[in-house]
Amino acid sequence: MEPISFEGTPKTPTVNFNADTGIVEIKGRSIPENSIEFYKPLVDWLEEYKENAQPMTKVIIQLEYFNTSSSKCILDVFKKLEAVHKAKNPVEIHWYYEEDDEDMLEAGEDYESIIRVPFKMVEIVD
Amino acid sequence: MSFNFQEYFDELNGGDVLFSFKGSITTDLINNVLDSVEVKLQDSDEQSKIRKKVYNVLVEGLQNLYHHNDDLPNSYREKFEDGFGVLVIKKLDDCYKISTGNFIFTENIKELKGRIDRINSLSKEELKEEYKDILNNQKMSEKGGGGLGLVDIARKTGNKLGYMFHNFDEKYYFFSLDISISN
Repeated sequence: MEPISFEGTPKTPTVNFNADTGIVEIKGRSIPENSIEFYKPLVDWLEEYKENAQPMTKVIIQLEYFNTSSSKCILDVFKKLEAVHKAKNPVEIHWYYEEDDEDMLEAGEDYESIIRVPFKMVEIVD
Repeated sequence: MSFNFQEYFDELNGGDVLFSFKGSITTDLINNVLDSVEVKLQDSDEQSKIRKKVYNVLVEGLQNLYHHNDDLPNSYREKFEDGFGVLVIKKLDDCYKISTGNFIFTENIKELKGRIDRINSLSKEELKEEYKDILNNQKMSEKGGGGLGLVDIARKTGNKLGYMFHNFDEKYYFFSLDISISN
């Protein structure tokens, strides 16, 4: 499978999805006006990945900002990862937040309560 | 008496204004506002927690203006551009205040008012549940919003949403929204 590699922009995150290493990374900002367009290829990629998933998939989510339009799309990404996990190929989601950013921690906890995949909350200390 | 836009706008612009705009809310405009306000916030000695909240609320406020503007007929264009909206950010003693304004069809008031009143009636814990419920169970609109924006703003600020519907003419009202971010 071809990896996905997007450079970040002021309104969209850096994305690296790699089927050979089983590492799935979204970092930076996700605040586009229309998120569906941006996230569609990511969701499609994960649908295909499910068929050839690595024995362990490590997901790294390190967002500085995301808007509510992205929040639904991020949930769609997590739902695809949940399907990988359910198919007996374990997935672990590492959710990064800056030490004073309670809102970002809470956002991670919201997803953790919806998605049946183990989460690790990782505090970034300056 | 009908709504006097200039009076409303002048009043909003009293005090310590960080940013003020009236006109078409386009993607370019949103990008420019976000860049400019981010630099201003970085230059201020505000704690990063508050800066992030202001920025987050600003993103949602602007995108609400962008997605949910009811278009004015051509006969209004002389005074109000296409996609007309207002944004004013002020620094008060104990908070930042983000005010937005846009035209709304009279028949759309009831639903919006109902939504805001409901949000304002919810506790912190209930807002969290409301947010998760909309996130998980409701389809997104074509525009992508899905009704999460106002809930998110209320949750992040912990304050009630202030609002007014000003009668403009028989078809339109002007909707003004005031959001406070306590520091």
